[in-house]
Amino acid sequence: MSAEYRYIGKPTPRKDAHDIVTGDAHYFGDLVVPNMLHARVLRSPHPHAVITAVDASKARALPGVKAVLTAADVPAWRAGSQRHLRVLDTTVRYVGDSVALVAAVSEAVAAEALALIDVEYELLPAVYDVDEALAPGAVGLYADSPGNVLRPGTRWFGPECLTGLDLGDVVAGFAEADVVVEGEARYEGLPNPLPPESPGVVASWQEPNSVTLYLSTQAAHQEKMIFLAAFGRTVDVRTVGGACGGSYGSKFMTVQLSMQATALSRATGRPVRLRLTKEEHLAAFGLRIGSRVRAKVGMRRDGGLTAISGDWLVDTGCYSLTTQAQVAVGCGEAQVALRCANWDLHTKVVCTNRPASGIVRGFGGQELKACLLPLLSLAMDELDIDPVEFMKKNYVKPGDSYVWRDGHRYVYRGNDYTPAMEAGATAFGWRDKWKGWLRPTAVDGPRRIGVGVGVHGNVDIGESVSEAYVRLDPDGRAVIYSPASEHGTGQPSNLCKMVAEVLQLPLERVSVTQADTALTPYDMGPVGSRGTYAMGSASIRAAEDARRELLELAALSLDIPPEELDTYDGRIFRKDAPEGGISWQAAMGPERTIMGRGRFEPDFTLANCMMTFAEVRVDTETGQTELLRVVNATDAGQIIDPPGLENQLNGCLGSAGIDTALFEETVIDRSTGRVLNANMADYKWRTFAQLPEMKNVVLETPVESHRFHAIGVGEVSTAPGPAAVLMAVSNAIGVHLTEYPLTPERVLAALGRVKSRDPERGAA
Amino acid sequence: MSDASTVNLCVNGQVHVLTVGGPRAEVDVTDTLSHTLRETLGLTGTKISCDRGACGCCTVLVDGEAMLSCMLLTVELNGRHIVTVEGLADPDTGALDPLQQSFIDHTAFQCGYCTPGILMSAKALLLSNPRPSGDDVREALSGNFCRCIAHYHVLEAVEATIAATAGAVASGAETVVTEVVSGGASAPGRFS
Repeated sequence: MSAEYRYIGKPTPRKDAHDIVTGDAHYFGDLVVPNMLHARVLRSPHPHAVITAVDASKARALPGVKAVLTAADVPAWRAGSQRHLRVLDTTVRYVGDSVALVAAVSEAVAAEALALIDVEYELLPAVYDVDEALAPGAVGLYADSPGNVLRPGTRWFGPECLTGLDLGDVVAGFAEADVVVEGEARYEGLPNPLPPESPGVVASWQEPNSVTLYLSTQAAHQEKMIFLAAFGRTVDVRTVGGACGGSYGSKFMTVQLSMQATALSRATGRPVRLRLTKEEHLAAFGLRIGSRVRAKVGMRRDGGLTAISGDWLVDTGCYSLTTQAQVAVGCGEAQVALRCANWDLHTKVVCTNRPASGIVRGFGGQELKACLLPLLSLAMDELDIDPVEFMKKNYVKPGDSYVWRDGHRYVYRGNDYTPAMEAGATAFGWRDKWKGWLRPTAVDGPRRIGVGVGVHGNVDIGESVSEAYVRLDPDGRAVIYSPASEHGTGQPSNLCKMVAEVLQLPLERVSVTQADTALTPYDMGPVGSRGTYAMGSASIRAAEDARRELLELAALSLDIPPEELDTYDGRIFRKDAPEGGISWQAAMGPERTIMGRGRFEPDFTLANCMMTFAEVRVDTETGQTELLRVVNATDAGQIIDPPGLENQLNGCLGSAGIDTALFEETVIDRSTGRVLNANMADYKWRTFAQLPEMKNVVLETPVESHRFHAIGVGEVSTAPGPAAVLMAVSNAIGVHLTEYPLTPERVLAALGRVKSRDPERGAA
Repeated sequence: MSDASTVNLCVNGQVHVLTVGGPRAEVDVTDTLSHTLRETLGLTGTKISCDRGACGCCTVLVDGEAMLSCMLLTVELNGRHIVTVEGLADPDTGALDPLQQSFIDHTAFQCGYCTPGILMSAKALLLSNPRPSGDDVREALSGNFCRCIAHYHVLEAVEATIAATAGAVASGAETVVTEVVSGGASAPGRFS
């Protein structure tokens, strides 16, 4: 496919590669704003309490301290889906919640000042479990949210925002089923996405009412919209992003830090930097949402789904920024992978006394699917259905429809992913390794091998709006105006490849501006695997627009109709005489730039697809699970950058992906509310010495509505893995497992070798 | 020789005499090497992630060995040779170290934040063992956290460097690894 292209589909060095390997790449933490102060946050030692008194006089008197703010001193800015999140509140709702803010000449002085602040608390009971939080008489986190249930839906997705699935007739559906199963599954280990650069912000307030926020973020414009809402639209906000040292979606949660830094900057009249320590990052920042599903599934003998009904309880922790939106998208994504006419899925977004959950590489679908697949497996087992065949049959096909996040029904016009799934199955050797439900692939004494599979796709590859400008300079260069922060995907570099392809310029002559809302047009940013299709299309259209204007200008000089002209390496010539022609400078003159504009409108008629196969070895004596082999299979339409895509697919392990099925979890002590593993020795992560064999199978079936026929798949690479691993371990040990992560203790409990810590449930 | 109020560091071949204590202190007794490199010397290529010695992000070479710069006190490093990611390229020609070039060629990074630490761990390995096995490489890098999972491309990049170096040795060419040894960390003794 790629032979016809100059850059598309070819491995090219990332535009920032030289900077990255020489230490010249600049991240948020490298930013020094002149005259900047440094901030720290005093954090609550209690999971739930009312602050009755704060004495900050000693802290204020400490030399070098410029401001100490308590709840009484801060503006009434509020953020979150229900505006629950304040700069500082008089109630603390988790261990680590903000109590007071200090700005000082150094982080060390600010930290010293924290110890001088005296706080008195009136303790309240705390809840850590969704069912406990929902139980009658449970302590409430917010007065406006009885039963700890947040208002469903989000205005962001419109008045008909999806809040669950009520489609068809489940009673009739269950009556048609050959088998009906019921169960409960829990994906609530609360893994931390844990980007290597901890979240941070520099706020620079300018009187009377404007602020510039330099952020570690992947999406400057989206952040600006969050801040505008938080500041009650009374503050003029400019956000500046850049390389952010990883995000995986999680850095959208910097809104409270940003409000706090802004309040301190306003109070001191100086720029203020507030960045989290790694311990704060682990104990007081965004986690994956907790997901608990109790559901009933009806299935026909042929693997067709007749009905799915039940409850999806979503634990959002101490507040919600986007959780209701994630519920909407999760419900949409369930339909993409599960063709079923009859649904009755009720959802509740529930608050508990622990750090907040939010966006983590995915947007609700991974969390719902991780729970649904183990329950669907019960039905597949009864009917002896191969899960790969089930997934092939039930994945969305051209002409099918689904209700997406805005409550509207869309007809799918994308590719059929059956060939990609079959190619993945072949590469994995599924036919040989699959021995049937709860049957190990191989047994070697106490060690058993098992295999599993998962599938996921999302429609957000075309979500929301992207705009871009492309500026042509007379010296044969192009600049893309786009807030495409580098967060690991190589998207800024890929935009350059697409624009260089349109303009036929050397890649080194195409660059992207900094992600600065004062400079670039609106773009929701690189989220939801939308970078290739949505952002890419906006940049391509801007380049096409600029090219059109350039050739029209040249046509005047050359007296040749523009449609007979072409351009290559900064020269313009007749298509049939490429050796002649004039330079861009000759066509444009030295004192002119050309600005092309491009816009992408939301398109919810395409989905991507990722199928993940996993092979594990479980030691039934120790309960230890080893991930041996992973095969990912997808169809990207057209690969833009082969090594970049492969990196994204390999990312299935980290950023709270596959390893959330094995060992990643945030451990909260339910007697104190404290995170027990808030450091990188105790929070477990996969090392170079523990890599499974990895293979990625990528098909290229052209997608007509993108100029280079490409769609993105980066975000979804983490999504199918956890359920695939759970299935593999279940098959290895011969017991259906329904709870993550599969710690040795949980595996041994399922085998009846140790008692579960939670006797009312057990592990299976 | 340095006196009690200064600490001498050789960083990327350049000697820095830094004042310790007093009103014009460049180094506080509590300053870590990572802090001194970034905040005092402006060498921000060394990144800090956990700041507690658990993630490998801030790895630098100290007398040719991979060390976690967040776990070293600057005042205890008098006379030591330090190489950071900024010191990997040839200071005169700007030519990249073969490892750096191989990382570019293999796109052996995603967000890139952990890359300097990984490069320095790999460099230390190749300095001590120019022909490591795949297991040696994985073991040497096992203290480096990479959340995007660039591991597979990193291993390809390091193994390609090893293979190219082996080819260069076989053909009689002087290896760049040896050059860096002589330029940066080959003199483990005190220079003062």
